[in-house]
Amino acid sequence: MGRTEKMVQWEPNDIKGKLLEKYPPKVARKRAKQIMINEALENTTPEITANVRTIPGIITMRGCTYAGCKGVIMGPTSDIINLVHGPVGCSFYAWLTRRNQHDAGEKGEDNYIPYSFTTDMQDSDIIFGGEKKLEAAIQEAYDTFHPKGIAVFATCPVGLIGDDIHAVAKKMKEKFGDCNVFAFSCEGYKGVSQSAGHHIANNQVFTHLVGTSENEKTDKYKINLLGEYNIGGDGFEIDRVLKKCGITNIATFSGNSTYDQFASANQADLSCVMCHRSINYVADMLETKYGIPWIKINFIGAKATAKSLRKIAQYFGDQELIDKVEEVIAEEMPAVKAAQESVLPRTEGKTAMIFVGGSRAHHYQELFEEMGMKTLSAGYEFGHRDDYEGRHVIPNLKVDADSRNIEEIEVEADPELYNPRKTAAEIEALEKAGLKFKEYEGLNPAMDEGTLVIDDLNQYEAEKLVELLKPDLFCAGIKEKYSIQKLGVPMKQLHSYDSGGPYAGFVGAVNFYNEIDRLVSSKIWSYMKAPWQKNPELSATYVWE
Amino acid sequence: MRKVAIYGKGGIGKSTTTQNTVAGLAEMGRKVMVVGCDPKADSTRLLLGGLAQKSVLDTLREEGEDVELDDIRKLGYGDTWCVESGGPEPGVGCAGRGIITSINMLESLGAYEESEGLDFAFYDVLGDVVCGGFAMPIRDGKAEEIYIVCSGEMMAMYAANNICKGIGKYAQSGSVRLGGLICNSRTVDNEKEMIEELAKKLGTQMIYFVPRDNDVQRAEINRKTVIEWNGECTQAGEYRGLAKAIDENTNFVIPTPLEIEELEQLLLDFGLLEA
Repeated sequence: MGRTEKMVQWEPNDIKGKLLEKYPPKVARKRAKQIMINEALENTTPEITANVRTIPGIITMRGCTYAGCKGVIMGPTSDIINLVHGPVGCSFYAWLTRRNQHDAGEKGEDNYIPYSFTTDMQDSDIIFGGEKKLEAAIQEAYDTFHPKGIAVFATCPVGLIGDDIHAVAKKMKEKFGDCNVFAFSCEGYKGVSQSAGHHIANNQVFTHLVGTSENEKTDKYKINLLGEYNIGGDGFEIDRVLKKCGITNIATFSGNSTYDQFASANQADLSCVMCHRSINYVADMLETKYGIPWIKINFIGAKATAKSLRKIAQYFGDQELIDKVEEVIAEEMPAVKAAQESVLPRTEGKTAMIFVGGSRAHHYQELFEEMGMKTLSAGYEFGHRDDYEGRHVIPNLKVDADSRNIEEIEVEADPELYNPRKTAAEIEALEKAGLKFKEYEGLNPAMDEGTLVIDDLNQYEAEKLVELLKPDLFCAGIKEKYSIQKLGVPMKQLHSYDSGGPYAGFVGAVNFYNEIDRLVSSKIWSYMKAPWQKNPELSATYVWE
Repeated sequence: MRKVAIYGKGGIGKSTTTQNTVAGLAEMGRKVMVVGCDPKADSTRLLLGGLAQKSVLDTLREEGEDVELDDIRKLGYGDTWCVESGGPEPGVGCAGRGIITSINMLESLGAYEESEGLDFAFYDVLGDVVCGGFAMPIRDGKAEEIYIVCSGEMMAMYAANNICKGIGKYAQSGSVRLGGLICNSRTVDNEKEMIEELAKKLGTQMIYFVPRDNDVQRAEINRKTVIEWNGECTQAGEYRGLAKAIDENTNFVIPTPLEIEELEQLLLDFGLLEA
């Protein structure tokens, strides 16, 4: 598989030109700013346009605000009822689609994930307003299940007719007394992508849940894991490793999470941010309000996992923990190494493209690197500029009308609960020793020079890229899966992991090596054309020809 | 059957003008159905002698799918059929969607069928064309002639011009046309001439000038149209005149809306004549 042979035909600039060739001038001009040839120069990576509206007519890979809020952030929480105020389809088709797994525990804790709740709005609810129906649905959910919390989600029609879901939620919360009812104005049409939905969800979780628990957590090394959604059991593997190291995960936002986890998040001593895009602002708010510092970690890739564990140990600074982490890494790595060595002969030199999420397109490059595979092109669906170029661009981010439409909350130090976990001097010392706080360098520096970084890739460009660069593997979501496979290229879903996972941590790395080996070494994709289509055994013409 | 929609600025007297005109048409022996497209459901009050009507949407909500034509229409003055679309309380829901639903319901129940023997169907539509729902009567050929009620006041003319934009939009793809402006006088200076000029600029006609007369209010207090209340009074004659003008009208156009500067100039020209 001569990777280099494939590459020589095309210079990055030519590829960019080819992608833009068919567009009308105005569209091409706009898209050109979202397609960047990576120069991989430290701190001077060229600016990329991100988090802007998709041009109408383009078949985007993005999802909607409601999907980001209900599906991504709140979906994985087990003991909060997710009640969707809208037509039945909005709830049903956003239910159990992300493979976010949950362990209800041995005691059989409350778990509402297997249920789909909706107010089932009808024509007459649109005309006369749906508040009464919502109220009745909340009451019914409460009477049936007596949950700790009920989350209400707005769908597009609710926003159009102006039902005041927050007033209804407040009224019902006061009425029940023992059930927290709160609502999300996450109408699908808001914002430019699902990113707006993450923001809306996280703000409400922070406002209504965090810091409300009375249960005191007394463990020694307490962290929060932010931006981990337990797809295919990733969170289970991370929790296994953390536990083995003696680190307590107070709250995961929001994979395998519970009401009490969110409510106790203020008691952790360190926030570890996995998906920067979906949650970095929550990490900031936890620091401002409760004094919990945050670091960027990544549990995708064995090396990255080891590095992240070391960072956590370094933060706490206890020799006991540092030693334990080293011991765990030493214990886990042999199996990883063995798996790596077994796949390398087949995977080395192969190429991949990754277009997912707001962090996965970055994190998964770790795993491909461990397999000797090169990422030719990557990009986010809903990332912002800081996810590409690093957090240093945040002060220069343009706040456009679409972003202003999304609520921003102001937090300040909590008069009772604020407690800086480290003094300024301690933070400085740790920074000097190499532990960076509030730091994320983004996707661009992680990619090779001359690779293509493309924001909000679409169907047309995806097919064009595959056609030109013929990667050995393409990673995206379900919408892209079959069109890519039809081009004769194996496709791995990195939203839902198809039916696989976990891919995080040490065990996850082994799973991933084997899965990708299986995909890129399979000959099946070369059989896209039947033998008789390529070399007909018989050929003939009609008599009249 | 001629399908007529009456539009105009809120409070300009659409419902009053419509009902009084319909009374005139009924007197001439025409069979008319009035469809009120206003959530307040007060478009047929004068013809029915009070708010006796149960709206289409209320009926739909209470009866479910099983609705009959007779559940939602009532006979009023001069055997006119009266229908109220109805809608939500102020501040909730979506009235526009309600109008779409109720007009579709009327159609599917056969209210416009030939067997009903209607000469005219009148839609009395709330205020300006505020959203897709309120444009419903001018879409899909539901109403084919539009009359805009206006006066010589700036906002009424502004609204009339806006409505013409709405008609223009749907006229390109459908059969809707503007039949003229009805001037419901507010005794503004040079009102008649100004509206005539506005009509000309819009490419249409001022079909009738209805003078201001307190007999209209007196009839309203009695929950009656002027013709029913006192057929002998001068104002009854004016409404007969308007009814006749509409009945005989053949002037249907796609309007040419004015630029805002042009509209203001018109006001300036006519407003300053006397002064």
